[in-house]
Amino acid sequence: MRKFTYPMLILFGLAMVFNSCGDQKKGNSGALTSNAAEKVYVAPGEHDEFYAFISGGFSGQLSVYGLPSGRLFKVIPVFSQDAEKAWGYNEETKPMLNTSHGFIPWDDSHHPDISQTNGELDGRYVFINGNNTPRIAKVDLSVFETTEIIEIPNSAGNHSSAFVTENTEYVVAGTRFSVPVPQRDMPISEYKGNFKGALTFISVDPEDGGMDIKFQLMMPGFDYDLSHPGRGKSHGWFFFTTYNSEEASTLLEVNASQNDKDFIAAVNWKMIEEYINNGGGTKMPSNYAHNVYDEETHTATSTMKKEVLVINPTDVPGAVFFLPTPKSPHGCDVDPTGEYIVGNGKLSADLTVHSFTKMLEAIEGKKYDGDAYGIPILKFEDVLAGTVSQPGLGPLHTEFDGQGNAYTTFFISSEVVKWRLGTWEVVDRQPCFYSVGHLMIPGGNSRKPFGKYVVAMNKITKDRYLPTGPEVTQSAQLYDISGEKMELLLDFPTVGEPHYAAGIAADIVKARSKKIFDLKSNKHKYGITSDADVRVERNGKEVHIYMSMIRSHFNPDNIEGIKLGDKVYFHVTNLEQDYDVPHGVSIIGANTSELLIMPGQTETFVWEPKQPGVWPFYCTDFCSALHQEMQGYVRVSPANSNIDLSWSLGE
Amino acid sequence: MKATINFKLLVACFCMLFFLFSCKDGTKTETMTSQAEKAESGKVEKKGQAFITDDESTPNVLNIAVGSPDHTTLVAAVQAADLENALVNAGPLMVFAPTNAAFDALPPGTVEDLLKPENKNALANILKHHVTPGKYSKDFLKKFKKLGQANNQNTTVEVKGDDVYVGGAKIVASIPAGNGIVHVVDKVILPPADE
Repeated sequence: MRKFTYPMLILFGLAMVFNSCGDQKKGNSGALTSNAAEKVYVAPGEHDEFYAFISGGFSGQLSVYGLPSGRLFKVIPVFSQDAEKAWGYNEETKPMLNTSHGFIPWDDSHHPDISQTNGELDGRYVFINGNNTPRIAKVDLSVFETTEIIEIPNSAGNHSSAFVTENTEYVVAGTRFSVPVPQRDMPISEYKGNFKGALTFISVDPEDGGMDIKFQLMMPGFDYDLSHPGRGKSHGWFFFTTYNSEEASTLLEVNASQNDKDFIAAVNWKMIEEYINNGGGTKMPSNYAHNVYDEETHTATSTMKKEVLVINPTDVPGAVFFLPTPKSPHGCDVDPTGEYIVGNGKLSADLTVHSFTKMLEAIEGKKYDGDAYGIPILKFEDVLAGTVSQPGLGPLHTEFDGQGNAYTTFFISSEVVKWRLGTWEVVDRQPCFYSVGHLMIPGGNSRKPFGKYVVAMNKITKDRYLPTGPEVTQSAQLYDISGEKMELLLDFPTVGEPHYAAGIAADIVKARSKKIFDLKSNKHKYGITSDADVRVERNGKEVHIYMSMIRSHFNPDNIEGIKLGDKVYFHVTNLEQDYDVPHGVSIIGANTSELLIMPGQTETFVWEPKQPGVWPFYCTDFCSALHQEMQGYVRVSPANSNIDLSWSLGE
Repeated sequence: MKATINFKLLVACFCMLFFLFSCKDGTKTETMTSQAEKAESGKVEKKGQAFITDDESTPNVLNIAVGSPDHTTLVAAVQAADLENALVNAGPLMVFAPTNAAFDALPPGTVEDLLKPENKNALANILKHHVTPGKYSKDFLKKFKKLGQANNQNTTVEVKGDDVYVGGAKIVASIPAGNGIVHVVDKVILPPADE
C-alpha cells in the first residue's frame, strides 16, 4: 500500500506543478491578449465612445462604425442605389441621384468630413464627395440619412473634397482632373494652358445647412489632389495639394513625375469672399443639379441650376499663392494650431512641412520665385518649417492628436509613423497589414482632436482574414495612441474601399439622433395620417394606392380593379409612432426594391403588373409577433375588364 | 524503513521544487527574451506581406531576387535592412538588382561592414537607391535622363548604343515581376554624396 502511496504522491505533485505551470503560462499570454481585447471590448448593451464615418469608396456609400469596438451600425446610402433601404429605388429618393448627366445610380465616395463650429466638431452633418460624377452630399446626423446632394459643374474627378472650414462657412470641392471650361469638343493634345482646374466653394447655411455654390476659382490645369482648411491663425485660408503641374494628358505615371516639386495652392477665401461681396467675379452659364430631401414631405426634389460665379485668380491679387512641395504630394494636412501645413509627397521619402507664419512673411516681402499663369510662386526655403527626414516610403496622409504629435501613413513601407511637430523627429512606427492609405484620429481635422485612437485604412489584406476567393475585404486597423508608443488593438473589415474617415465623440451626436418621424408633421403628397384617409384612386392608367401599415396589417389589404397596362403607385405610410418599428413592403414581380419605412414616414414604389391574377404583397421587415400575417392581395384583370376599383380591410 | 520513506519524501519534495523553479525560470526567460526581441523591432518574428505563402500569383520583385542564385548578396542585404515588406508592396516598383559579382567588386570588407546591425540605416539607404516607384522597360528607360529613387535622391540614366546605364550600372537583363520589374545591373549604384 505504502509503496504505492509515495510514488503517487510524487506523481500528484508533479501533475499539480505541470498544471499550475500550464495555467500560469496561459494566464500570461491571456493577459497580454486580453489587454488589447479589454481595450476594444464594449460589453453587450454598452455604447462605443466614438462614431467613425468611413467612406465606402467604390461602394459609393458611407458606413458608420463604433470605436473602439469596430462594430458596424449602418451603411448610409449616399451616391449609390441601395435596395436594402430603397435609396434611389423609391419615388421619393430617385431625384437625389439626378445630375446634368441624368439619373446616375453610382459614385465613388471618398472623403467624409464633419461640420464644425469654432473649429470644433459639432456633429450636425457629415459631408462627403462623389468622385466620378462630381457631387457633394450632406448627411444629416439627426437622421443619419443623405438629405442634400449638389453637383459640381466645371469639375471632374472631384477629389480634393469635401472638407469644411472651421465654422462650416464652406464645404470645399477641388477638381482632380482639369477639363476644358466650359466643356467643349477640342483636341486632347491642346490640354496645356487650355484646361482649367476648378476649386469650388460651397456655402452652408448656418440655420438649415442648405448648400449653394458661392464661387469657383478657375486655377491652372493641374490635378488638385487633397485639401484642408486653415484653422486658428490660418482660418480664412484653404490649402490644396497639386500634382501634374507638368499638365500632361497621357501616361501620367511618367509624365506627371518630371518636376521635382509640385505645389500646395494657398487660397485666401476670405479675400475672395470680400471681392465677390463688392461685385467681383463673372457669372457663367452652367447646368448642374441641386437635390434636396425634405424631412416633412419625405420627398426629394431636384432643381437644375443654370449659373455659377467664376473667379479668375489673377483678378484678386494677394488671394492665391503656390508653395513648392516635393513630389506629387497627396495629403494636405493642417495641424490643430493652424501653423503647419504638411505636404505628403507620395513619391518622396521625406515629409515637407510649411509654416503659415513664414508664408505670410514671404507674401509680405513679395519674395517670389516666378509665377505660374500669373499666380506667384513662393520660395521653397522661405515657407519651409521643417522636414521629417526619411520617416518611411510613400507618405500619404497626416493626422494630429492635439498633443503636438503627428501621425503619417506610408503606403509603400506600409506603416503609421508618429513624429513630433516642431522637432520633426520620429517617435514611433507601427506596421500596417497591408499597404495603408489614409488614417483617421477622431476630430483630426479640427482645432481639438479627441486623440486616443488612430484608425488606419488598408488597401490590401491578403491573408489577414478567412479567404473569400479572389476578392477579399479591405480593412481598418485600430491603434491606441494614448501612450508614447502606438499599440495595435484591432483589425476590422470595411464596406467597399475605405478611402478616408471622420470620427467624433459619440456623446455629441447621439443625443440629437431622432427616434421616429412625427406623423402629424408628415406632408408627403400621398401620405396619410390615419386609416380614415386610406383610398385608391384611378387617374387614367395610373392608380394611386394611399396605403397605411401598422402592426400587423396593411390597409387596404385586398384591392381589385387593377388592369393590365396600369401603373400602380403604392404610397405607403407607416402609422407607427414607436421607436424602432419599421415595416417593409413589396409585391411579386415588382421590378424595384422593397420599401423600408420608418415610423411616421411615407414611401412609394411603382408596380406594373404583367399578368392577370391575384398577386400577394407582404411586410418585408420582421416587425411583430404577427409579422407573418402582415400580407395582402391585389387582383389584376385583363385590360378590357369591367371590374370596378375597390379596396377593403377585414371585410 | 522510516529512512526510506523520508528519503522518498525528500525526493518528492526535491522533484516538486525543481519543477516549480524550472517552470518559473522558463516563464521568466521567455518574457525577457520576447521583450528583448520586441526591442529589436521585431527582429525574430518577421511579419507582413513578404511572408505570405502564395504560389499562384506572378512572382514579385522580392521572389525574383530570392530565386536568383546570382543575387544572394542582395537578398541577404535586403533581409538585413528589413526591406522585404516594401518590396512586395503593390508598387509598381522598379528594382535595379546588382549581381553577387557587382557586390564582390566593392572594396574588400564593404559588404561585411554594411551587413552589421549598426549600419542598417546606411545599408537601407543604399538599397533604396536601387528602387524607383514605377515600372519601365529597358527601352522605355531610354526616354529618361534621371530617375527619382526611393531614398529620395536622383540617379542618372545614360544610353550608350543599345545599352542603358542607370547610375553608371549597366542593365544586363530584365525580368518583369508581378509588382514591377527587376533590371539586373552589373554594378552597385552608390547614392551621390552631394545631394
